[in-house]
Amino acid sequence: MAMNNDFNEINLNDGDLNDTITFWDKLKNVFRGNSLWMLHYCTGCGAVELPPTMTSRFDMERIGMGPMATPRQADVLLITGYLSVKTLRRVIYTYEQMMEPKYVVGFGSCTLNGGIYYDSYATINKLDYYLPVDLYIAGCMPRPEAVMNGFKKLMDMIKKGEATGWKKYQRHYEDYYSPNQIRSLGEVYVKDEFHE
Amino acid sequence: MSYLIGLMLIVIAFLWQVTLEGFQRKVTAKVQRRVGPRWYQTFMDIFKAFSKSSISHGFIYDFGAMMTLGGTMATVVFLPFSGIVAFNGLDNFFVIIYLLAVGSLGMAMSAVGSGNPWASIGVMRALTQMVGYEVPFMIVVFGMIFGYGTSSISALVEVQAGGFLNWHLLRMPLGAIVGFISLMGMLAKKPYDTPIAPAEIASGPLVEYGGKHLGMLMLQHEFAVFIEVGLFVNLFLGGGGIVAYLIKYAAVYLFATIISAVLGRFKIEQVVYHFYKVPLALSLIQAAVVIFTGLGVEIWL
Repeated sequence: MAMNNDFNEINLNDGDLNDTITFWDKLKNVFRGNSLWMLHYCTGCGAVELPPTMTSRFDMERIGMGPMATPRQADVLLITGYLSVKTLRRVIYTYEQMMEPKYVVGFGSCTLNGGIYYDSYATINKLDYYLPVDLYIAGCMPRPEAVMNGFKKLMDMIKKGEATGWKKYQRHYEDYYSPNQIRSLGEVYVKDEFHE
Repeated sequence: MSYLIGLMLIVIAFLWQVTLEGFQRKVTAKVQRRVGPRWYQTFMDIFKAFSKSSISHGFIYDFGAMMTLGGTMATVVFLPFSGIVAFNGLDNFFVIIYLLAVGSLGMAMSAVGSGNPWASIGVMRALTQMVGYEVPFMIVVFGMIFGYGTSSISALVEVQAGGFLNWHLLRMPLGAIVGFISLMGMLAKKPYDTPIAPAEIASGPLVEYGGKHLGMLMLQHEFAVFIEVGLFVNLFLGGGGIVAYLIKYAAVYLFATIISAVLGRFKIEQVVYHFYKVPLALSLIQAAVVIFTGLGVEIWL
């Protein structure tokens, strides 16, 4: 497990990533902000808060969200709780399979700084080193009300063109995300049977 | 002029069916005691899908996605919409059934071309289900075609003119029941949504689609629903003027939705057994009644 001071610290927010410039960009952001499909990929303990958010009690569908079965179809990746190093590898594969624009939401304190697992050898502490997180929802774990509120906030950010994590990932992959991922995971080997 | 009418039919099909899809989601939500999405949510979903990026899995994958959308849009043009026929004399039942198969086969080709095993399983299930629902439906419609001596859908609509007592829903009640059950199978509504089961096979044929390709397949699904429900309205509910047609269409579609909102999912062999037990028996009885006694065709009120 790499220590926190081994990571590069660079300014990720340099340059203007806001894409709401032309009329077409604004129109696209209206559609993207009104329809979010989330990938039902569950890590840690936050997954149990999602069924009440989706079903009759809190009804996620009324703000235009829904669960989707595969990463290709989904727009938003939820990291619901602590993330072990073994799972991080799968999460990175999953994130890179998603279609752009794509957004990442981190649930609870475990994705912020490790939470109660801050000194565990098996979990990562700060998710933002490996994937560009657009929004954190505080809590341990956040209740469905907080989850709904966070999704509304994410939709507002998308409509204003502020949720630009996917552009950050493209721009800083070489000098920030990739070295951090390799430092924690070791060498990443992708076996591609289909195209061999 | 025919081409303009065809284009108009495609626009009407898009606007009406996508709006109704929103209401359908709202109705499902009300049955499950939820609030439900806004009525224009499906427009947002489709336009959002087209605004995303997309990757290709090879030529067959792209070509199949275009073939399924194009084939289904072509079928919309041939279906009589409340007496409006774009190409006169071509509104034949067999033309529609064969063109609809182009869409299904394009989707099968494209999904298998993506190389994902879930897609192959989903396509296999979709084609198996097609074998299940088409046989009872075809027997009913062939009985009807035999009785009247014509396979033109406009002609089959005309014989039902003059009040609801002349509808095939009352003339051939068993056939209408079989037609409705087969319609639920065609629409892949809840007991029969085995091919796209999200929890078992990760949405089946759609598993590798994302972005613009997924938008194309969503559009294709909307057009296919327009054709299938329109076929039922034309064959069993007597078509009608534009307003009457749209009301009948909405009633049939929302009735299927209400049934599907409270049911679970069949396994694929349960689907086929189900279609080959009761609907097939009912359709054979209906066809025998029409062919040997003429009740409902020559003998009626």
